[in-house]
Amino acid sequence: MRPGLRADRRVAPGLPAWIYLPALAGTALVVIPLAAILLRIDWAHFIPLISSEASRAALLLSVKTATASTALCVLLGVPMALILARGTFPGLRLVRSLVLLPLVLPPVVGGIALLYAFGRYGLLGRYLEAFDIRIAFTTTAVVLAQTFVSLPFLVVSFEGALRSSGNQYESVAATLGGRPSTVLRTVTLPLVLPGLLSGAVLAFARSLGEFGATLTFAGSLQGVTRTLPLEIYLQRETDPEAAIALSLLLILVAAAIVIASASRRLAGPVRQSR
Amino acid sequence: MTPGVPQVGPPRMTTLELRARVDERNATFDLELDGGDVLAVLGPNGAGKSTLLSLIAGLLTPDHGRIKLGDSVVTDTEAGIFVPPHARGVAMLSQQALLFPHMTVTANVAYGPRRQGRSRSAARNMARQWLDAVGAGHLADRRPGELSGGQAQRIAIARALAIEPSLLLLDEPMAALDVAAAPSVRRLLRDLLHTDQRTAVIVTHDLLDALAIANKVIVVEGGRIIESGTLRSVLAAPRSDFAARMAGMNLLTGVVGQPGAIRTSWGGTIFGTGGPAPGNSAVAMFSPAAVSVHLEPPHASPRNVLRTTIAELQVHGTAVRVCGTAHPDGGPALFADVTAAAVADLGLIPGQEVYFAIKAMEVRIHPALSAAGPTDRRRVSTRRKNTP
Repeated sequence: MRPGLRADRRVAPGLPAWIYLPALAGTALVVIPLAAILLRIDWAHFIPLISSEASRAALLLSVKTATASTALCVLLGVPMALILARGTFPGLRLVRSLVLLPLVLPPVVGGIALLYAFGRYGLLGRYLEAFDIRIAFTTTAVVLAQTFVSLPFLVVSFEGALRSSGNQYESVAATLGGRPSTVLRTVTLPLVLPGLLSGAVLAFARSLGEFGATLTFAGSLQGVTRTLPLEIYLQRETDPEAAIALSLLLILVAAAIVIASASRRLAGPVRQSR
Repeated sequence: MTPGVPQVGPPRMTTLELRARVDERNATFDLELDGGDVLAVLGPNGAGKSTLLSLIAGLLTPDHGRIKLGDSVVTDTEAGIFVPPHARGVAMLSQQALLFPHMTVTANVAYGPRRQGRSRSAARNMARQWLDAVGAGHLADRRPGELSGGQAQRIAIARALAIEPSLLLLDEPMAALDVAAAPSVRRLLRDLLHTDQRTAVIVTHDLLDALAIANKVIVVEGGRIIESGTLRSVLAAPRSDFAARMAGMNLLTGVVGQPGAIRTSWGGTIFGTGGPAPGNSAVAMFSPAAVSVHLEPPHASPRNVLRTTIAELQVHGTAVRVCGTAHPDGGPALFADVTAAAVADLGLIPGQEVYFAIKAMEVRIHPALSAAGPTDRRRVSTRRKNTP
């Protein structure tokens, strides 16, 4: 059977045979490192390795902060996405580009930027200091750093869902007497709920893996700001076996997230029956 | 079917006055409806029909204009008035039923009454009544995904009427239905609109819709109302390409040069009978059956000979409609009805250059509604208060 001919006998004219080669290389690039880590794991000591006090503290902190930052992303990102998808005001495109900037910004740079905004002598930090509020190098800083890098993921994915669902239902609801807030609650949000969920899952995953911005803005204090990725990086120097075991833990969490949201394609358009 | 229409309040027969201009879509509308009028809006795709509905529904703000529903001004750009769609009491029904997919049929119909502040059970009762009225009572507990197109559209009608709208807007409500479902939905709409004397505006492509439902008609083309009146008067003397095609007639516009002849916008002269005094705008109308097709320019009696290229041949029984192409210099596409034998004898094929000949006696010349300049034959204003 030729590669272009699929098992169900449909011909894919846009799929030349040679394209399987680079695609295979790409798949290998993703799969081989994962396999390598699995092969290096000291299975006998796996449980003790991931249940050391430092590891448990890091895991707990990661789950707590990622949950908090996901909640913050939903709280702030949903209104942002709604305005980007439905709003009409001059400069909308500029605002969108600015909001999505953290998506392409190196996280370390984001961390430095946050430091100069919320640090002790930062743009806002110096006024917060007057009220005895210090954000940098606290757990709050971890949540802020994670929110900073994750927010665009939620906004982009939710905006896409809103755009593909269109505003026809909203127009109908309005002509039936629905005020804007009522339409949002009874029609818009229920219809794009799957899009919101996959956006939140993406944001959670990104928060869980956050490293650069957290290290720069929040530091690495066990139990306070040292999240799982930071712990892994630190352990790598002293106890490589523990670092590998913790890495597997993160891989498992990531795999669970991908599988859980595989039924609704991540960030893909929301499909719905008429 | 005679639906038992739920009597919730007195039927509202609202008048409509609209004068609006939307710059972006280059559309200007000016129209008035009496209470109980059902207006059909006809016109080709992209003519601005849906723009008109959006303006009335409050889904679009005009650049300039004033819209009055009954006694209340809902849009006035000069006074800065804009009543949002949810406060207008104007229901809209579109091609797709657009039932909320996450609600049951009953919840869909109860949506409007709920928003009007009715209790859950009162809204539910109203929904049941309206579902019965449109013959969909047995579908009450279904989800929209489990309905056929015709069923969904019936429920959308019930949902629109359940808010007791002062004005009902229908945007090609039958266009997406299959041939089997369309007639019964059309009949339902006619019954509901007429027994209740509701004011409604229906946008349609289909002459049948207009004939079945509407008592008035406007033809919209290029963002302008180019004809208005009763359906009978528009079809009896169409003054636009669109209405003429609907009535199956050929139509040429121009200005009367000498009595009984018009000079067309592209410089041709068409001879006919009747028509206004020289200098006035006029339209020349003739039936496709009055057109004979020739391979060479005929030199005998016909006064009107027009050269054209065959765009396509449509077979209607034993007759064949020869469709000409629109002329690059401004002449509209013309049609000729000939026998299949004639097509075979002449060896007509699309792309061929032929001559259409029309006897002057077959061409009737009508006065155009108002000054239609030869360069701008579509801009015919139609503010006509006393529609017969």
